[in-house]
Amino acid sequence: MRMSCLRATTLALVLAGSVALAAHAAATPPTEFPPGAFPSTYQPLPAQVTLIEHATIYTGTGERIDDGAVLLRDGKIAAIGKQVDAPAGATVIDAKGKYVTPGLIDVHSHLGVYPSPAVESTGNGNEMTNPNTSQVMAEHSVWPQDPGFNTARAGGVTTLEILPGSGNLIGGRGVVLKNVPATTVQAMKFPDAPYGLKMACGENPMRVYGSRHQFPSTIMGDVAGYRQAFADAQAYDREWKAWEAKGKAGPPPKRDLGKETLAEVLDGKIRVQMHCYRADEMAQLLDVAHEFGFTISAFHHAVEAYKIPHLLAKTNTCAAVWADWWGFKMEAWDGIRANLAMTDAGGACAMIHSDDENGIQRLNQEVAKAWAAGLRAGLHISKEHAVMWMTLNPAKALGLADRIGSLEPGKDADVVLWSADPFSVYARTEKVFLDGAVVYDRADPARQSKSDFMLGSFIGPHAAKPDKATDATATATGEGTR
Amino acid sequence: MKYLVMLLALLCVACSPADHSDGQTGAVASTATADTHSGTWAITGGTVYTLGAAGKIEHGTVLIKDGRIAAVGTDVAIPADAGRIDATGKVVTPGIFDPESQFGVVEVGAVRETRDGSAGDSRFSAAFDVAEAINPRSVLIPVNRIAGVTRAMVSPTNGGKRIIAGRGAIIDLGSTEGFIHRDPAAMFATLGESGARQVGGSRAAALLALREALQDARDYADNASAYAKNQRRSYALSMLDLQALGPVLDGKQPLVIEVNRASDIEAALRLAQDFKLKLIVSGGAEAWMVADELAKAKVPVMLNPLEDLPAHFETLGSTLENAARLQKAGVLIAFATGDTHNARNVTQAAGNAVANGLPWLDALKALMLNPARIYGMDQDLGTLEQGKLADVVVWSADPLELSSAADQVFIAGRKIPMVSRQTMLRDRYLQEMQGKQALPAGYIVPAAQ
Repeated sequence: MRMSCLRATTLALVLAGSVALAAHAAATPPTEFPPGAFPSTYQPLPAQVTLIEHATIYTGTGERIDDGAVLLRDGKIAAIGKQVDAPAGATVIDAKGKYVTPGLIDVHSHLGVYPSPAVESTGNGNEMTNPNTSQVMAEHSVWPQDPGFNTARAGGVTTLEILPGSGNLIGGRGVVLKNVPATTVQAMKFPDAPYGLKMACGENPMRVYGSRHQFPSTIMGDVAGYRQAFADAQAYDREWKAWEAKGKAGPPPKRDLGKETLAEVLDGKIRVQMHCYRADEMAQLLDVAHEFGFTISAFHHAVEAYKIPHLLAKTNTCAAVWADWWGFKMEAWDGIRANLAMTDAGGACAMIHSDDENGIQRLNQEVAKAWAAGLRAGLHISKEHAVMWMTLNPAKALGLADRIGSLEPGKDADVVLWSADPFSVYARTEKVFLDGAVVYDRADPARQSKSDFMLGSFIGPHAAKPDKATDATATATGEGTR
Repeated sequence: MKYLVMLLALLCVACSPADHSDGQTGAVASTATADTHSGTWAITGGTVYTLGAAGKIEHGTVLIKDGRIAAVGTDVAIPADAGRIDATGKVVTPGIFDPESQFGVVEVGAVRETRDGSAGDSRFSAAFDVAEAINPRSVLIPVNRIAGVTRAMVSPTNGGKRIIAGRGAIIDLGSTEGFIHRDPAAMFATLGESGARQVGGSRAAALLALREALQDARDYADNASAYAKNQRRSYALSMLDLQALGPVLDGKQPLVIEVNRASDIEAALRLAQDFKLKLIVSGGAEAWMVADELAKAKVPVMLNPLEDLPAHFETLGSTLENAARLQKAGVLIAFATGDTHNARNVTQAAGNAVANGLPWLDALKALMLNPARIYGMDQDLGTLEQGKLADVVVWSADPLELSSAADQVFIAGRKIPMVSRQTMLRDRYLQEMQGKQALPAGYIVPAAQ
């Protein structure tokens, strides 16, 4: 009930419209501007050398290893293959009958900026006071006590990008987080991850501002708004470069935080990730990006990506989509379940995203639905390939594909151990590793983080605890029909 | 005076629940969908979950005739003129019954003109009957029925400043004629945070408003003629609203109350006891905390089994184990995700309930049988048993599994074309992608049958 009620509201429509921005290449230096601002204080949790063996491993590179093993050491994937020897003192997990994937990655989340509980004072995701708020940064709104971080972690999500909402043409910077429990957002910040810039197509900005009789109130107004913002950023960039060319003589130009962000987009340090539903609007935005010489990392939501995979492939732009959301507004009217599979089959980089505090807990199930819809459409995509939709492809969109998203030696040891094939509705995470440390263990309450917010809600004498396990939890299988 | 009599006559029709579940409407619609088998179908070879006394039948046959199930078993004589569906290796179940939906009263969520589920700022509350607004040609219906959703309660939603949303109707998703199965089928109201918001004050004020409405309705029922002669006190609700509450007070029509916090559920239980109401809890995020009281009062709960976050202060106790715990305590449960566009995803929700402790067969019943029991429709629906309406789904495999699909759906015996606007969009752009068509995609129009 809640979902549809929410979707009927402007707020939720704005929520369901965010885009993230991921900066380009790993070759570029950290993008903090000025250098060193808002540094990450993330530290991996204590970890043991761990060997998971006899598992079915979806590597995240499109391959599957049956009866395989993966070694986690010093926070990195140390080895992977059919046979890996356990170093002395290693914790060995016999995963016979179980499955292993890379940690799941969500490029589109509003955890912390639209947290639970959803009350007026916690909704901090949309600075809807100007259609261009490129100066704001989502990390300054993130509430680390959002209980949704914990449920997402229990669902296997190890990396997520928190984005501003989509009420504005340019909503501000997103932030990439390691999904560890923390008291400050700095302690969750993915070290040296490129920044993203959230932009939004279509109905949301024009509804927010049009309803106030302000600019923009039409889609052509939307497009003019992006163009003017980038034209202004070009001028700003020239101002600074001229000052630098003169040996930085005299006082520097005045900093403009918004134009500074857009100038970094133009420099390729911050890549745009853009909320955009319709095929025709995505095509328009690709032309805008071309005009100003930047790249759109991914269109988010992209319910019509299946109509234009060739355009996306040509511009190296990914599509981050839901499995089956549709119909909650006009621009979502043409959503179909085969979207992800068709976009992938058409040659574009495609992935799942959540944009939702419930959906993020089950990204594997969303991928499974999208994969099955592909099969029914006659697209024979392997499961091992489809696993990339929640691992390597989102890592690419975040500009982090050299560090996370697949189980390859040297990459961060973000790993999920599943009770069964994660394409099954009955599969559950058993253990989640982040940089080699167990950050979630279904069998060990000591490794199940609880938010400060959740403490003390159900103190006795008579209240039962909401996380009390039932006797029946062990038998989670279908009744012989599978 | 003449006007009043006419009005009362009209109301009479509106107030008495009308059942239109005879096979006649089905037969008409069958003809309309070019059914060449006179409404006789034999589904053979499948694993049949009857959800009735016969339990599971391997290699069973389900025989459908004139809109109803004529026989189920392993030794069923198949008439020569019967159309045949080979379900070997597949699973056969009753159809899914969505117990709380907006089918036919919403098309595009954000397009106001397509939303008719709420009385909104109009003067009406209890008298509002959503049935009058239902569009059986909604695009949402084929999208969901080809995924196994065959029947639905169309429920009014709260709007304006009223805690009583009005009356819902049960519809069949397989026809554009005679699609109203029962109307009015239930009364809907809200308490807790939502109720407090509607009345602009405390949740206690919301409860009081509901009590006042019920007391007024009772007083009106006892003194209708005095009221008509202006010899009775004034009431908080209009006469139409008071009349509509009559069957609720008589215990003939269930009252669905949206309520989540444990203490709010307890307040609703007290209200139901005071007025001897047939209460159904909707939402019930913390219902598991008062499961024993619900079981004792025989009050069913319609819940979303995926709800596990403290999205509101009244849902701090949300847990994925809500369904399992309620079931274990003996509470009758049904699944309502509240997302009508994707009502089809209720199978995924049910699968997750199973992953969190609910026995698989109970999950199937929560999808297919329990809504019929909750609304008192299980004479006609909910199981694959002789004489019941033939809402039947042939699944490729386990209905709850993500990779499974409904291969064929029957609704009241009508063989449903397994096509929706979404499959047509898919097929149009698949053909374009495959380059088989030289002209733009706009010229590719996949078959609608």
